Amino acid sequence: MKRSLLSLFTLLILMGMILSACGPSAAPTEAPAVATEAPVETAPTEAPAAATEAPVPVEETITIGFTSSLTGAQEVSSKRQVAGFNLWMNQVNEAGGIKLSDGTVVKFAAQTYDDESSKERVQELYTRLITEDNADFLISPYSSGLAAAASIIAEQNGKIMITAGAAEDDAYKTGNTSLFQLYTPGSQYLLSTVDMLKTLDPEAKIAIVHENDKFSTSVMDGLKPYLESQGFETVLDEGYATETTDFGPVINKIVESGATVLLGGGHYPDGSTFARQLYERKVGLKFISLLVAPADSKFPELGDAALGVSTSSQWELAATHTPEEASAAGKTWYGPTGEDFAAAYNTATGEKPTYHVAGGYMTGLILQKAIEDADSVDPEKVRAALEALDIFTFYGGIKFDTSADAHGLQIGHQMVVAQWQKDDTGALVRKVIWPQDVANAAPLYPIPAP
Amino acid sequence: MQQINLLLTSLPDGILLGFVYGLAAMGLTLIWGVMNVINLSHGPIIALGMFGTFFLFTKAGLNPYVGLIPIAVFGLLLGVLIYTVAVHRVINAPHLSSLLATFSVNMIIIGLGTAALTTSPYNVDFAAGSFKVGSTTLLGTRLIAALITMLFTGGLYLFLYRTRPGKYIRAVANNRAAAELMGVPSTRILALSFGLGTMLAAVSGALIATFFPFSILAGGSYELKSFVIGVLGGLGNPVGALFGGLVLGILEGIIPAFLETSWVPVIEFGLFVVILLVRPSGLFGAKQ
Repeated sequence: MKRSLLSLFTLLILMGMILSACGPSAAPTEAPAVATEAPVETAPTEAPAAATEAPVPVEETITIGFTSSLTGAQEVSSKRQVAGFNLWMNQVNEAGGIKLSDGTVVKFAAQTYDDESSKERVQELYTRLITEDNADFLISPYSSGLAAAASIIAEQNGKIMITAGAAEDDAYKTGNTSLFQLYTPGSQYLLSTVDMLKTLDPEAKIAIVHENDKFSTSVMDGLKPYLESQGFETVLDEGYATETTDFGPVINKIVESGATVLLGGGHYPDGSTFARQLYERKVGLKFISLLVAPADSKFPELGDAALGVSTSSQWELAATHTPEEASAAGKTWYGPTGEDFAAAYNTATGEKPTYHVAGGYMTGLILQKAIEDADSVDPEKVRAALEALDIFTFYGGIKFDTSADAHGLQIGHQMVVAQWQKDDTGALVRKVIWPQDVANAAPLYPIPAP
Repeated sequence: MQQINLLLTSLPDGILLGFVYGLAAMGLTLIWGVMNVINLSHGPIIALGMFGTFFLFTKAGLNPYVGLIPIAVFGLLLGVLIYTVAVHRVINAPHLSSLLATFSVNMIIIGLGTAALTTSPYNVDFAAGSFKVGSTTLLGTRLIAALITMLFTGGLYLFLYRTRPGKYIRAVANNRAAAELMGVPSTRILALSFGLGTMLAAVSGALIATFFPFSILAGGSYELKSFVIGVLGGLGNPVGALFGGLVLGILEGIIPAFLETSWVPVIEFGLFVVILLVRPSGLFGAKQ
């Protein structure tokens, strides 16, 4: 009796795990959170192509479909990505939409659902976005794992999907032709950090400790051969489960390994926990670089545990790209300046933008540029325009690989290294420390002992 | 040699953490022991305890350990409420009914919690220092949590064995019908037992919040650990739960010395299945 009851409750626990993780069922969130914020006055881009002799302007509303993680592990970064996208959409619509040469005025509407940070939900909801909501273009959910799940559905249905918050490389190396990656690929994520370490401390002993997920693993797979090629010794290479909360044992391993530098992390929840426990245990590492978490504006909530922690960032306002940079590189500048973007976001939300916000905004801006270049919303023409894109924006260079081996992979964008330091008032601020030509502070190396 | 060092440095951490796991599991196993109900709302109640610490510390400025008192009272009252509303009517029904009833409470708390608090991670920025013992760093928060767990365990023991309501609880656990014939108010005692179980869950959550970040979904993993501990120590045996917690904490401390950290849950839940198969009454025996 007891044994059968125990079997029964084991079964129910498993059901409970699944349902608990799912949380409440997702209702369509047609009115995006930030869409209701105060409209932004700034026009987003250069004047869209003016209609010349179009007799009767016809307004066409394009539906952009995506899911966001309103709940679950990816919530923090996903919400920021959506906030950035909504800012772009509001700006374009407020500015009167995109005017095509045939007189059509293109405006945008978003169709979105809460994916609960679940791959299964993502696949179900992207199918729904395509087949029931008739989305014209897709934006990926946040995180490599969820984007990979969505990309299968997009590719099966031949829908163009701009991926943001999804740096992992593999999805672009399987013959896909509908995906266009915004982020610098994961395999190159930490290369700038290694370059910096090479100048700071070529004798550093490296511990690699990362979340065992698609994105972080892809970053580390790119990092390891580069570390070796630069002559660094890796003394520890360890993965941890996504839901890890106690980093005590792995921190003990770092100490035992004799490492002086830690490169690792994964996403916000684990990264912030890891940083806090490293500080509490007075590990005394000279340098700590974690993925994603330190790039979020919530990170300084850790207090002194945040000091010195660095991250590879897709974009930083302090090192935002400029039209002068574009001219020097011989590229076409497109869109607002970083300062205008940040001011608009601040007006809309009262917050400073992170790179996740910039990423969300850029998904829309890229699509806008492709529609303008194609002078059409026809998916095939837009696809061709995306493939031909080679521009410079406040976010940096944007260019997609068009080879059959890695179609859609981002090849125009570079990362920067940012670090939490204290300003003159003692407040924690994120400074850009690498590359040197855009840095606004010297690296804090070694990190002051706790 | 390096692994031996690692073992020695990780072991104290595992033991300290094991105490808190044991406290969480004690709540679950007490409820099972007294009324044969598996409380599937255990995890969200742990999470509520975590948020209790967060709000009392960050909003009211209350020391987290002083905050345990209102959290314990809240946990007790919440348990009595859950018992009265959701469990009492199905206490004599087939076990599936009480499982589903507590599972529904679980979903209600998670749903309300997600709406009110989102699933973003929260963090209690509180530190109680750290102590270096040889090459081992002991965190003050974990040390205090282990001491408080011992206090609660001792208090629970005294309550169950030295007070009249405690003796009533044991009587109802042993034979409810006989206890009722002897004049024991079984309904009130069952409600009290459920309240004590949820109180222990809430207090364990409040202690965990002093060293780990959390969200409204965070209780789920501790609920699962509680099941493993409950089975390990013997379901219905609160003292066994404490030892089960220690065993689990030690495993979490020593496994990473030999294997990748990601093997910890595999081994933990593998152990759960093995114990269920070969010794379903647990290492320390189920309730008699």
